[in-house]
Parts: sequence; structure tokens; C-alpha cells
Amino acid sequence: MSTARKGVLASFEYLDSTVDSIKQLKAQGFDEITAFAPFPEHHIEHALGYGNSPVRLFTLVGGLTGMATGLAFTTFTAMDWPLVTGGKPILSIPAFVIPTFEMTILFGALFTVVGVFWNMRIPDIRSQVVYDPEFSSGRFGVYVTAAPERFDEARQILEAHAPARLQDDPEAEAHG
Amino acid sequence: MATATDNVDRGAATHPDVRSYTEVNTDILAMLSRPGKWWWILLGLSVAGIGLLAFSWGNQLINGIGLSGLNTPVGWGAYITTFVFWVGIAHSGTLISAILFLFRARWRQSIYRAAEAMTVFAVMTAGLYPLIHLGRAWHAYWLFPYANQRMLWPNFRSPLVWDVFAVTTYFTVSSLFFLLGLIPDIAAARDQSKPGTLRKTFYTLTSFGWRGTDRQWHHFGKAYLFLAALATPLVLSVHSVVSWDFAMSIVPGWHATIFAPYFVAGAIFSGVAMVITLMIPIRKIFGLEKYLTVRHFDAMAKLILVTGLIVFYAYLNEFFMAWYSGEDPERRVFWERLFGHYWWATWIMLICNGIVPIMLWFKRVRHSIAALFVLTIFVNIGMWFERYVIIVTSLSTEYIPFAWGVYRPSVTEMGIVVGTFGWFFFWFLLFIRLLPPVALAELKEVLPPPMRPKSKQEEVAR
Repeated sequence: MSTARKGVLASFEYLDSTVDSIKQLKAQGFDEITAFAPFPEHHIEHALGYGNSPVRLFTLVGGLTGMATGLAFTTFTAMDWPLVTGGKPILSIPAFVIPTFEMTILFGALFTVVGVFWNMRIPDIRSQVVYDPEFSSGRFGVYVTAAPERFDEARQILEAHAPARLQDDPEAEAHG
Repeated sequence: MATATDNVDRGAATHPDVRSYTEVNTDILAMLSRPGKWWWILLGLSVAGIGLLAFSWGNQLINGIGLSGLNTPVGWGAYITTFVFWVGIAHSGTLISAILFLFRARWRQSIYRAAEAMTVFAVMTAGLYPLIHLGRAWHAYWLFPYANQRMLWPNFRSPLVWDVFAVTTYFTVSSLFFLLGLIPDIAAARDQSKPGTLRKTFYTLTSFGWRGTDRQWHHFGKAYLFLAALATPLVLSVHSVVSWDFAMSIVPGWHATIFAPYFVAGAIFSGVAMVITLMIPIRKIFGLEKYLTVRHFDAMAKLILVTGLIVFYAYLNEFFMAWYSGEDPERRVFWERLFGHYWWATWIMLICNGIVPIMLWFKRVRHSIAALFVLTIFVNIGMWFERYVIIVTSLSTEYIPFAWGVYRPSVTEMGIVVGTFGWFFFWFLLFIRLLPPVALAELKEVLPPPMRPKSKQEEVAR
């Protein structure tokens, strides 16, 4: 965001006001919108138009890394000191499938968590910049930034939907 | 779109008495600030349990594993029994949070957070037992694959090594799943706590600056789905691997292909029973009748009924297969189970897990909170004895009659087993005071969303 921009944050009591204001803002060409919600609300997500989350790539890469690691590790340790136990072959692949499977899940989960933190941009110390504590309770929020000449237009759109609270953000740094 | 939820009738709503999102926050977060007399009494009992555990285990560490009743031929006893018991308890949390999530079962919302917490603490409890059972607990790191002085590696053909991988993976993944799901709800607790308090600082740090933006919810939802998809095969694999600790050996009564599904069903059976046992007092103490309705308990009771039938079928199947195999040692073990030295343990198992849950066919029982509480305690007891019967009877009458022997748990073992219940409840009680024990965000998802009151013009237009 360039520093010349200004932001405004509206808190809404009603879901339809939120969704309508987002749609109207988008129709008027305002694209720098961040919405706040107390839970994953698919109408809002739909209004903003989301594609696939890149988290799935993290999960896939993590799972494959884990599988490769598990298979390589069990194979390497068996070959490193070849010792026949229980009359089984040195490379007992069916037995190695189990640690390999567990490593797949473990790495997949760890990578997913790293991926989601990365994509959600947390940990984030800016959380209290422009925010309404009611967003985690019952209210929805719409935050929009615009160039100074169009800022009043954006603010009016939000105001028209009767927000419970309207906060100006001259720094325009609260996008998520 | 405003009409979509306007006409939902009361019966279709998951929580008909909850009116607004704010009400959810007020009711649930009040639990964090209102300990009450019962909470302190239970915490006191749990701490006493931990004291008993510390004393008994400390005594065993100083004086040696000889203080337990373990000896030839029964080298696995109460410790391994209780290990399997707690790993089993741990299974329902992931079942409710991951598998029912994938199946879009809407009744899971109110209970899954507590069930997940129970999973994490149950694995923490189970994890103590391999250490206790080792005797020389300071050698526990030998279980993990690392390059030691002689460059020897663990034997990956051994089910015990699989178990180390399965249980540590399960602990890590279920903790991650639990903690990730908590972030938005901790943020809610952060936003409602008074500035400058220790709680505010704690919630600010553990919510990682969550704000509930569309971007965050979008990625969060996807990550949650992937973690659920990873946890689902994991939960089925963990108890299968635990069962292979037994089934991969040639001990009569253990060497059976039915063991994996049989153990997984038993784990879910006991875990859901434990969830009910825990949720009933919580509902009562914290007045959560609005959130944990009879409908939730009815659904859980049906899960117990289904898994209980699978378990009972497996019991009968085992007896049949022992007879049908024509193997003398196999037949001997199962005969001894019913009529031998441990007949009482077997009959407790059969009655608690096979006969008592039949009551759940009746709707009146499923809808009675008091009946469910009593019934699930029977199931908990029965499932502990199931593992005891499997482990002890098989080892005490193996192949050679000369080597048969009897095992009796010592006072030290009993102290440790009772003490670990204190350890488990200690963590659980801390959890319900520190972290939101009911999932706020997911509960709001199933409530009808608030819509603008209709204006006069719109009414006329219709």
C-alpha cells in the first residue's frame, strides 16, 4: 500500500449488510477490501471471490517429503547394518510401509501448519491497529482502502449500509 | 438470501435455544472465569492422584521394577493394559473432530473441542506408560532411531518400533489440530479479557495476532480440512499398530487378523464413552444445557452402540475362531478366559461391553443423561478389563504348561494406574479454565446468521 492511501473500517451487525456493501464496493471498482468475521462465512468469501488456497501445496509437498524420508530412512538403516532377524529379508518393504506412512502424515501435518501460518500472515503484531473486538464475538467488518480522491466515495458506500461503528485509518495498514 | 434461514423450524436447528453470536461468547467464556467449588474439589483430587503417581513411580525407579507384579511368564501387565486403555480413549477426539468433520456431522460442534483436548491429554497419559514399564526410564531414548556408539539402528520390522512412530505422530498431529483450531477462539477470549491482566497477555501471545480476516479464514478453513484428511487415516492406523504389538506375535489369543479393526472399534467405543462421562459433569457444573442438548448425547450414544456391537461381534468371533482353528493352545487360552483363573475379568468385560450397551437400543436410555452417565462408566471399566484380559490371560497360559503362571498387580502398579487418572484430570481441569472448552467459531457457523430487519418498503414490495 502506498502511504498516500487512506482506510476505513465498518462494523456491521448483519450479514446481508456486510455482503451487500462488499458487492457494492467491488462494483464501484474498490478492490482493496478486507472482511472480518467471527467464523468462516462463505457468503463473504464468495463476494470477495476466492480461488484455491496455496496451503494445499504445502500439505502435498510435506506428505511426499515425509514419505520419501520414511522410505529412505528405513531402507538406509536396514542396509547400514544388514542383520537378518526373524528370517525376514533385509529390505522388508511391507514392514517399512508402516513407519513410512506415519512419517507421511507427520510431515504433511507439520508442513500444513507452517503453510497456514505463512499464508494467514501470523504471528502478526499489528492485530490491534484498526480492529473491533466485536469481530471475534458477533460482528462482521469491512475494511477498505482507497486513494484520497476516491476515499469519500468508499466511505459513503459503507455508511449507506448502516454500520454499527465506523473507524478511520489514516495509515491504511490494516489489510490482512 | 435473507429468507434462507428465516423459516428454519426449531427441530432442525442444532442449538434451538441459542439466539445470538454474542450470547455464545458470553456463555462459553464465562466458564473461564468462574471456577466454582466443584472445580477446586476435583483439582484437589487430581493433584492427590499425581502425588500418588509420583510416590509410586519414584519408589519403583529407586527400588526397581521388581516392585511390580511383572515376572515370567506374564511380562506385560497393568502398565501395558493401561497404556492401551489411554491410547484407546484418545481415539474418539480425533474421530469426532476429524472424521465427523469430513462427514459434515453438524452435531459435533459443541463437543469436539473438549474431545480433542481429551485426546491430547489421554496420549500424554498413555505416553507415560512405556516409560514406567521400561523400569529404567532414563534409557527411554533408546526407543528412538538415532546413531548410537555402535551405529546400531532400531529394527523397523518390529511392531514396537512402529508403535513409537505411530504414537508420537499421533500426539504431534492431534496437538497441532487441537492448537490450530483454538487460535480463533483464543482470539475471542483475548478480545473479551480486561487489558493489563495476565490472561490478556497469555491470550494475546497464544492467538498469534489472529483478527478473523477473510484471508485468515480462507486459509484456516483449507488447512483444517487437510489436517482432518491427514488425521483420519492416522487415527485408524494408530490403534491398528497398537493391536499389531500383539497380533504380530505368535502368542495364543493374540495372533489374529481381526485385531486391527477390533481394536479400532474398541478404541472409539471407549473414547466416546469417556467423552460422555466427562461432558455430563461439565454440562451440569457450567450450565451448558443450551449447547449440549439431548440430541448431542443421543448421537454419541448411537456411536457407542454401533462400535459396541462391532466389539461384541469381535469377542464372539474370537471364541469361535479359537474353537474352529482346532489348535489346542488357542482353545486352551479361550477356555481359561471364561472359566480359568481370570474368569471374573472376562465376565466383567463381556457384561460391561457386550450386554450393558444393548440398553442403548432404547431411545429412553439414550435420552436420559443420568442413564448415559452410569452406562458409560460401565463401558470405561469394561474396556480397561478387555485389555487386561487380552494381555494377561494370553501370557499366563502360553504353549508350554510347565511355564504357565499367574500374575497379580502389585500395590505399586495399582498406585500408578490410579495416579495417572489424576494426571489426566489435572490437565483436563486446567484446560476448561484456561482455553475456550467449546468451539465458539464453529458453533456460530451452525447458528442462523443475523439479517437486517425488513424495511417497510421491502415488505410492501413482497
